[in-house]
Formats: sequence, C-alpha cells, structure tokens
Amino acid sequence: MTVVYWAAYGMLGVGALLALVRLGLGPSLLDRVVATDTLLVIIAAGLAVHAGLERDPTVVPVLVVVSLLAFVGSVSVARYIGGMLLSSADDGQDVGLPEAAEERAARAGEEAR
Amino acid sequence: MSALEVARDALAVVLLLSGALLCLTAGLGLLRFPDVLTRMHAGTKPQVLGVLLIMVGAAIRLQGWSATWMLLLVAVFQMLTAPVSAHMVSRVAYRRRHVRRDRLLVDELHTGAGVGDRVYRGDEPADAPPEEPGAALRESRREGRREGRREDGAG
Repeated sequence: MTVVYWAAYGMLGVGALLALVRLGLGPSLLDRVVATDTLLVIIAAGLAVHAGLERDPTVVPVLVVVSLLAFVGSVSVARYIGGMLLSSADDGQDVGLPEAAEERAARAGEEAR
Repeated sequence: MSALEVARDALAVVLLLSGALLCLTAGLGLLRFPDVLTRMHAGTKPQVLGVLLIMVGAAIRLQGWSATWMLLLVAVFQMLTAPVSAHMVSRVAYRRRHVRRDRLLVDELHTGAGVGDRVYRGDEPADAPPEEPGAALRESRREGRREGRREDGAG
C-alpha cells in the first residue's frame, strides 16, 4: 500500500509541478488560464485520491467546491479577454498590440526551412 | 478480508493510479507543447477521463451513498463544464492568434488575408460607451475608410 501512496502522490505532484512551471513561464495570459485550470483539476484529483486511499469522506464536499471554482475561474478570465476584443483589420499590430509569440515562432520555423 | 474485498481494493487502486498517471501526462504536455490549443488538448485529459477514473476509484473505496452521490455530482459537473470553458478559451486564443498556423493541416476558421480578426486593446468591454467621444468618432471614421478601401480592392 505504501508503494501505491508514493506512486499516486508522486505522479500527481510532478504533474502539478509541471503545470506550475507552465503557469510561471506561459508566454500569454491564455496559457496561464489553461495551466490554472489543469492545476485545479490535479488538486481535485489529489483530494479524491486522499479520500479514496484513507477511506476519509470528509474532503468530498471540498471536491465539489474546487471543481466549481475551476470552471468559474477559467470562464470569467476568458470572458474578460473576450470583452477586451476590439475590431482590427489585420493581426492587431495596427492598433498597437505586440505580435503573438506563436506567429513569431511560425515565421522563424519557415525561415529555417 | 475476503477475496471480493481484495478484488475491489485492487480495482480501486488501479483506477486511482491510472487517473494520477493522466495528471502526470497533462503536466508533461502543458510544458512540452508549442501553443495554446495543443496545451489545452493536453490539459483536458485529466479534466474528463482522469477525474472520472479517480471518482470511480474513490467511490469504490469509500462505500457510502452520500459520498458516492457527491462524487457523481463532481463527475457530471466536470463533463458539463469542461467543453464550455475549453470552447471559450480556444475561441479567444484563435482570435488573438496564439496558434501555430504553420503546423495546422486544416484551418477552417481562416478566411483569407485582410479579413478583420478581432484583437484586444484596452481593458474596456467592447460594448461599453466611449470615454472620449471625439477619439471614438475619429476611430470609427478610420474604420469606415478602411472598409471602403477593402471594397475597392475587392471590386
């Protein structure tokens, strides 16, 4: 059983750590939204694994709250960015936005080829 | 401890471990993939299948009706909300061009160059009244000229 504990919590912990790294790096706001969503799901999974392995049903209501919170958070940030959308004739640089990092990476890839 | 209980525990442990493995793959995919859409593809693996597996495993281990109903509620809620949030995030990501278009085989949303994408500029909502009416008027005139030019180019 100890092996199961270590394996389950180890995998969940490494997954959460990698999601945190993406949350810190993530070049755009949307990368961070996706990483936060995944992180909250991993936290909910960790709580459920704890409840299952310890036969401890007291954390199950917390699970409901965490899954609600993940949905509300990501939808409200996406709505917020959607409210910031304005019309632009081209890729947004005519209204003073920086170029998206993905576009730059795509151009660099084309030049290297 | 009868054979049935051992089999039940083994099944629950296998389900919990496979859900945890999906969480690990989500972390790896988030770190390794190149743009928002592919990262979202990796991140939604534990959001549906991983959470379902872990909920079933925990329900097998917990063996109480109240806990089982609550875990079922969480699973149903995840399955209802994951498509909604993924849709909203990916729509904004495409409009803001956080997409590696050179890696796409099919791009059904791409309607050709010169057709206006929508991007964000300030932090005001798009339907808010203008704070400076003069600037808003100049802006709308500039957009009108731009649309006129586009019609000339098409004709």
